[in-house]
Amino acid sequence: MAREKGVVLLDFWVSPFGQRVRIALAEKGVDYEYKEQDLINKSEHLLKSNPVYKKIPVLLRDGKPISESLIIVQYIDEVWSNKAPLLPAEPLARANARFWADFIDKKVYECGTRLWKLVGEEQEAAKKEFIEIFKLLQGELGDRKFFGGETFGFLDLALVPFVAWFYAYETFAKFSMDEECPKIVAWAKRCMERESVSKTLSDPNKVYEFVLFLKKKFGVEY
Amino acid sequence: MAAGKGVKLYGMWASPAVRRVEWALKKKGIKYEYIEEDLSNKSFELLQYNPITKQVPVLVHDGKPVMESLVILEYIDEVWKGNPILPKDAYERAKAQFWASFSEDKCRDAVRKVYFAEEEDTKMKAMEHLMEIIRVIDQELKGKKFFGGESIGYLDLVFGWMAFWLGIAEEVASFKVVDSKKFPNFTSWINNFINDPLIRGNLPPRDKTLEFFRNFRKLHLASCK
Repeated sequence: MAREKGVVLLDFWVSPFGQRVRIALAEKGVDYEYKEQDLINKSEHLLKSNPVYKKIPVLLRDGKPISESLIIVQYIDEVWSNKAPLLPAEPLARANARFWADFIDKKVYECGTRLWKLVGEEQEAAKKEFIEIFKLLQGELGDRKFFGGETFGFLDLALVPFVAWFYAYETFAKFSMDEECPKIVAWAKRCMERESVSKTLSDPNKVYEFVLFLKKKFGVEY
Repeated sequence: MAAGKGVKLYGMWASPAVRRVEWALKKKGIKYEYIEEDLSNKSFELLQYNPITKQVPVLVHDGKPVMESLVILEYIDEVWKGNPILPKDAYERAKAQFWASFSEDKCRDAVRKVYFAEEEDTKMKAMEHLMEIIRVIDQELKGKKFFGGESIGYLDLVFGWMAFWLGIAEEVASFKVVDSKKFPNFTSWINNFINDPLIRGNLPPRDKTLEFFRNFRKLHLASCK
């Protein structure tokens, strides 16, 4: 892999948003410096690079920062356009990919968080919503190999990091993604055959431990 | 459904997201058919084109739908090359997209918190937060007539809702954050924006909009109790 000058990623190991960027960089064969961030005591570097949101991931290229994972991925796709195109070429297909990526951004993480933060009836409601969200995504996938069609692309990358969280969600909210959305689980397995994905996604057991740590921190019964 | 040729826009007269798309279409000189939706009784066509979020705006181009106003803006820009909306440079575009997401997430959220606040305490805190946000925007506009420089660009279309609908929110929910002394650049921008020929003829009538949002706020607050 050619070492690209001055590409730095400020990230947090388990963040699905950061992982989107890592997968994109891996797909493109871009070498970069990974800088793990402490999200409780945020570094000067992070605060200067993303003063508006103070969040990871932040990609810096020759010192110039870009924030928001999907924006970063689109930037990467454009700059390193010679390899592994992520967004489709055709405007309507691009618009469709952006729409669904926006849908994922608005719904998946927030609903997933409610699965472990809430209990009882509220958790049941969150579970129903979570399954509904993935059933819609399953409908969009249809019988295709990837959301991008025959090739792994932008939308696959936008969703796949959340797959590592399925085990934690299933365990805490008591349901099975394999039963509820088998096509999504099959799609996830296909994605994991790609090195960029399998080397990036967190071990589901580690994610489970992390969520357990968050539950203790927020005083949620477990 | 037969795929008709041309451009259709499904919208609602009071919606800022819909107007945003109309301003973009006008800037590009794209002819379109506008279809007004009654959101309490959505049309069969709207639900067919957008079964996922069931919202307006929906742009239908040669029978194919595109949803989400920011996605529509990028689509329009990619299909009709004249009068470009987004910056050409990848880094500048990423910066513009970032500010767009700031408008949609942080700004909208901050306005909503004041708009729906019922207790004085909550309202005051929410107002302070909103003014911090406006301060950030004010800084971005320093030395510029528009975000786009001398003429309206992408971020003006994105932030355009604040030039009109923030004033509506202020009147409906009885608060004031748009202060020309505190935020001189932001206040000038509002005036430049609403008086620009691209925008001037394409804003909803003020009285009707006030009434609409008064009702909307009342219903929302009632449903929360």
